[in-house]
Amino acid sequence: MMLEIRWHGRGGQGAVTAAELLAKAAIAEGLWAQAFPAFGPERRGAPVLAFTRISNNPIKMRVQVYEPDIVVVLDPSLIGVVNIGEGLKQGGVAIVNSAKDPAEFRRIFPSASKIFSVDATKIALEELKVPIVNTAMLGAATKAIDAIPLERVEEAVRERFGSRIGERNVRAVRRAHREARLWESG
Amino acid sequence: MAVQVQQKRTALTGNYAVAEAVKLADVDVIAAYPITPQTTIVEKLAEYVADGIIDAEYIPVESEHSAISACLGASLAGARTFTATASQGLALMHEILFITSVLRAPVVMAIANRSLSAPLSIWNDHSDSMAERDTGWIQIWAANAQEVFDSVLQAYRIAEDRDVLLPVMVNLDGYILSHTVEPVLVPEKKLVEEYLPPKPLWNRLSVKTAYTLGVVGPPEYYFEMKYQAIDAIERSRSKIKEADEVYGEMFGRSYGVMEHHFMDDAEVALIAMGSVAETAYTAIKRWRERGAKVGFVRIRVFRPFPAEELRDLLKGLKVIGILDRATSPGSLGGPAFAEVSTIFVNERQRPLVKNYIAGLGGRDVPFSGFDYMIQRLLEAAEKEEVDVLCEYVGLRE
Amino acid sequence: MLELLGEHIEKQGCGKVAEKKLLGWREIPIGAMNDRPGSSAEYHIGAWRTFRPVVDHEKCTRCGLCWIYCPDAAMQPREDGYYEPNLDYCKGCGICANSCPVGAIEMVSEVR
Repeated sequence: MMLEIRWHGRGGQGAVTAAELLAKAAIAEGLWAQAFPAFGPERRGAPVLAFTRISNNPIKMRVQVYEPDIVVVLDPSLIGVVNIGEGLKQGGVAIVNSAKDPAEFRRIFPSASKIFSVDATKIALEELKVPIVNTAMLGAATKAIDAIPLERVEEAVRERFGSRIGERNVRAVRRAHREARLWESG
Repeated sequence: MAVQVQQKRTALTGNYAVAEAVKLADVDVIAAYPITPQTTIVEKLAEYVADGIIDAEYIPVESEHSAISACLGASLAGARTFTATASQGLALMHEILFITSVLRAPVVMAIANRSLSAPLSIWNDHSDSMAERDTGWIQIWAANAQEVFDSVLQAYRIAEDRDVLLPVMVNLDGYILSHTVEPVLVPEKKLVEEYLPPKPLWNRLSVKTAYTLGVVGPPEYYFEMKYQAIDAIERSRSKIKEADEVYGEMFGRSYGVMEHHFMDDAEVALIAMGSVAETAYTAIKRWRERGAKVGFVRIRVFRPFPAEELRDLLKGLKVIGILDRATSPGSLGGPAFAEVSTIFVNERQRPLVKNYIAGLGGRDVPFSGFDYMIQRLLEAAEKEEVDVLCEYVGLRE
Repeated sequence: MLELLGEHIEKQGCGKVAEKKLLGWREIPIGAMNDRPGSSAEYHIGAWRTFRPVVDHEKCTRCGLCWIYCPDAAMQPREDGYYEPNLDYCKGCGICANSCPVGAIEMVSEVR
């Protein structure tokens, strides 16, 4: 098993952190993982990419992710700005932060067999009081990864943010995981 | 290796793996310039010192030239020292690097390898450390975050060995290793203490033992003083192996001065250094599964250069390809190519050699690039001829 | 002139360093190190001098500035507090004369 996940966000939204937390959860589960940003300077607001690679064997490759299995979109305003569907594998999964019905994104992800949508901005505002959606999207993304139990993700979130803010983020993770809506092909 | 030690499986970036190792090595002095091209290595170490987790002096100096100078001075005064830098920062250290090796200061430094300007770049290649290969430092090139961690600990043991007393540079690819989170096994401090030489170190300056360090070397003495450091790096060969073997016995991981696979019946081989070698390994494995007689070699210790080990390994091959992530403009090829080529210089029977230069300035070296390199090696083996000595793979026309 | 200089070098005991047997790389301490503290006292630079400082004790106030400014170890205080140069360590640079606030030090030619 080798899963490649591409995270789309804007500088400052925590896409890199989400990619890292997923890798940490995978590693805690005994798997092998890599998490890395699209290498370069950090610029707040600019479209950014981050990547997570997960495998049940040691990962012996140091190449960029060209054909992800999963694409996670943290910011719906990126649709049309960057090609978020680029390279998504045939039968891949897309997870979008949006209040819309997941079926509405079929045209953007023609190769996807599953699309999830979740209103992560609403969840973040309610749980964290700030529109930082990375942990909510992490919770939604976990729906597409059978190998990582949600508890591992929650532990990684708690470790990263400490007890008080950690708990709020864990609530965001759980809600998004529960509230994400699925469209499935054929 | 059946090693029964408690090691915590941790998710770390290459940079934090260095910081963890330095923390466990119980260093006394960390001197670093904190601004670009600095890494999060010293950011983390500064935090550890400020929080009292490491009992060390942290000196935020005004340049890399000062950082290495402070480490040199502290090291000669008997302190266990650490610094880190990359690209232009390493270049600024250049003159002090020569002094550090001949003064026999066992400084350990991590380099998050990056290209040198111009054009201005913050991305990975091997130009920075390759340009320092003649400074008398021992150079270790790691392929992943675990090896980065292990190599830093090995570096202290090698550097401080009484028969060596030389500085060691641990190289990790900028971004590709420095910024990638991956699993790292971190042992307990007690065991690391057992592995490392006891402090205090050589040449601890005190009022009772007054020395003049860094004396003038007139033509009657410069040669002899320089040769001592040359002799030391030769003697370091056995100590590097020993440090690696003992590490293996204690922690279950050892690497050798080079790593190789699929070499038994190989007709051609591709040699690489650093993290790109992991991609090379997987690419070669795929070619092997299709029956191609291609072998994989990764040079881990570049200084001292493992010429004998490589000669024994490579002598029966038809063609050797050497991948360089650095250039030496105006010469026949890259620095690793030049080095590997010299090992057969007096042999009657020798393989053909071919150089690839790829991945400069952070350019990704994808599987298609390796497929091309391997394909070209097999072609050369069939024709018994190398048509183009040095190829720039991935360069747009 | 050359003869005079040769005689002068002989008198000052210089040129001895060159007569010493040169050591091999195994014989010298490692790390560009001199492990004999204070050995620079053996290094006599008197032969480099063409002018010598002469102190006029009538003018001297024993302030010690010549001793502070001397870049080698030539100017030394005597028991009575006056300063006299140890010419083994004096290359005749004249810094002492220049630093003397009362003009008590005169640089006198070695060539008579």
